[in-house]
Amino acid sequence: MRRALHAEWTKLATARGTAWLIFGIVAATAALTAAVDATVRCTALGCDQDPTRLSLTGVQLGQAVVAGLAILAAGGEFGTGMIRTTLLAVPRRTTVLAAKATVVAGLTAAAGTVAVLASLLVARLVLPTAGFTAAHGHPLPSLTAGGTVRAAGGAVLYLVLVALIALATATLVRDSAVATGAVLALLYVPPVAVFLVSDPDWQTWLWRFSPMDTGLAILSTTHLADLPLTGWAGLAVTAGWAVALLLPAAALLAHRDP
Amino acid sequence: MREFGYLLRAEWTKFRTLRGQLVAATAAAVLVVLLGAVFAAGNHSSCSEGPKEVACPTPPLGPGGEAVADTFYFVHRTLSGDGTVTARLTSLTGVITYPPPNHDTIVPRVEGLARAGLMVKAGARPGASYAALAMTGTHGVRLAWDFTHEVAGAPGRVSGAAPRWLRLVRAGDTLTGYESVDGHRWTRVGVAHPAALPRSVQVGLFVSSPGDVTVEQGSLGGSIEQLRFTQATGVFDRVSVAGTAAGGDWRRDYVGGHAATDWEKYHRPPGLVASGDRLTISGSGEIAPSTDGFHLEGVLSGLYVGLIVLIVVAVLAVTAEYRRGVIATTLVAGPRRGTVLAAKAVVVGAVGFVAGLVATAVTVPVGVHVLRGNGIYVLPVPLGTELRVVVGTAAVVGLVSVLALALGAVFRRGPVAVIAAVAVTVLPVLLATASFVPEGLSRWLLRITPAAGFAVQQSIPVYPNAVGHHSPVDGYYPLPPWAGFAVLCGFAGLALALAGYLLRRRDA
Repeated sequence: MRRALHAEWTKLATARGTAWLIFGIVAATAALTAAVDATVRCTALGCDQDPTRLSLTGVQLGQAVVAGLAILAAGGEFGTGMIRTTLLAVPRRTTVLAAKATVVAGLTAAAGTVAVLASLLVARLVLPTAGFTAAHGHPLPSLTAGGTVRAAGGAVLYLVLVALIALATATLVRDSAVATGAVLALLYVPPVAVFLVSDPDWQTWLWRFSPMDTGLAILSTTHLADLPLTGWAGLAVTAGWAVALLLPAAALLAHRDP
Repeated sequence: MREFGYLLRAEWTKFRTLRGQLVAATAAAVLVVLLGAVFAAGNHSSCSEGPKEVACPTPPLGPGGEAVADTFYFVHRTLSGDGTVTARLTSLTGVITYPPPNHDTIVPRVEGLARAGLMVKAGARPGASYAALAMTGTHGVRLAWDFTHEVAGAPGRVSGAAPRWLRLVRAGDTLTGYESVDGHRWTRVGVAHPAALPRSVQVGLFVSSPGDVTVEQGSLGGSIEQLRFTQATGVFDRVSVAGTAAGGDWRRDYVGGHAATDWEKYHRPPGLVASGDRLTISGSGEIAPSTDGFHLEGVLSGLYVGLIVLIVVAVLAVTAEYRRGVIATTLVAGPRRGTVLAAKAVVVGAVGFVAGLVATAVTVPVGVHVLRGNGIYVLPVPLGTELRVVVGTAAVVGLVSVLALALGAVFRRGPVAVIAAVAVTVLPVLLATASFVPEGLSRWLLRITPAAGFAVQQSIPVYPNAVGHHSPVDGYYPLPPWAGFAVLCGFAGLALALAGYLLRRRDA
């Protein structure tokens, strides 16, 4: 396993575009947060917005780049035929998938942590101009507050789960462009669909299956009672998606001709 | 030109023989139809009167065929032929019941679009053609007719010290509104042309007061609109009707409404109190196009799934060539690289458009039919609007395909191009409608990104006189349909130009 890990790490670290994608994760996350937070205005009735959630809005864009990174790690090999060499070198195919998952998860966790911290920093700079100040009863998100730490840690975990979902999808469909489309559809379509349904029961039901909605519930620090699931239960749903995709991916990789 | 024909044929042959491409494009259309059908079948609505199930009440239709809200208190008499009605408004006050933050008091305040003034109407039936000249709560004098038309007069508010004179002159099908501060010097507000006024009309005074709207953040993102009952009271004097009008008492009608709230039952009933020359009228309601109902574009809920599939198809049409090295052969066969790209764009755009058209042309009529069968009130729209939704949305799908193709040629790597294309088309919609993004940014996202093109889907326009909150979450786009479409065209054109430039500059 150690040698498989080393091999996967070498391949990903030397692949064209990895550095760009990592930079992209941080830049996309921080940029969207900056754009959103710069346009928040507190109304006369007060600031109904959750400052922690606002500070991490960028994760919604950053996750697309995370998916790109994971798909590059897995799908790229199917496109170039490199996968045959890989499987020749490490014949235990589940080991290959486990090694890939470990490397991608580790790299995502690292890049995700930087992205989340950058996003929080940007928000701390921008939000006071919108009226979010301690004097108004809206202290800025700070890593000394328990809620913010939970949200930030949850965001990193969520990004890791997105990477695993993308890795599994790429292994299943063996084409990186198709895998990207599938992952983005899985992440982005259910949240829109929730709002196209008028029945509140259906809305909640759909919401509970949406990997992005549930996984990002952990970003909330206010109005928690309104959410259909708690933050950790929500992340468990996202993790469920990752497992549900990784298992068939492992089975197919083991039994299919590459 | 003949060369372009050959290239087109070559591109089409490559496209249709590339494994899975046509299957995927077909699947995209089928997905949109299936998701729309499931969505329509899953939406039900029923109404009951006691234990008995009855058909749900539907709003009246205006002269233009649109659904309307037509509720107000009307004090009227019959006018045959031409004539003039004049009155002086000396006071316009109101109450708003239980507004935020605590929802525990009744506040004396007149709603901004509450109206008190003069009306000429084809009859007391809700939805009948009309022209109304009125003072509003905070928007000054307005001349409105047939629900969808309105012109503004002088601003300001009325009080005993600063009354406002109003005059409405009927000459055939033309109604001219005048206003004055002293009853001597009159200013013309505008001319109204109601579509269907008979010779004999109802003329008189009216008061309306729409619900008070506030908007809150929704618990799953988006926003929630709240509406509270309001009532307005106008005090008129010096009322005169010139022309062949019936004399005697005024007739009284709470058009489209009945006193249902506790405020109306126990505090101040709607109606007329006459004391000498002075007429005090209280009323509630709204006279405007109604947007309460299902917007037909809602059946296209599966559009974004189909769109992502077609984005992948379009991207693969170019990145697959790079991966397999076919691009070198393609460029040897067609050395004019710009023309090759144009041929590809035509093929991919046409496939996207046709897939989109099949999807929308089936989903919209079938979905609306199923919804109506399930008791859902789908807001009626003119045929032209329905066609615009169907064909326009298909054109958006085609343009997004071209945009995705261009991004594929720019990035030359499938995943990057797919991410970029989804990030500029589907993601802005998601951020604008289904997230915790503030509404100001939501509107900008739908103005300056390619997602602006989805505005062609909006079947119900925002009318200037309609009260309510018209946010992207509710399907209201900040740009008019064709302006949004033009923004998407611009982006597709720009991306194609950049792709053409890079294709010529770079080594294949």
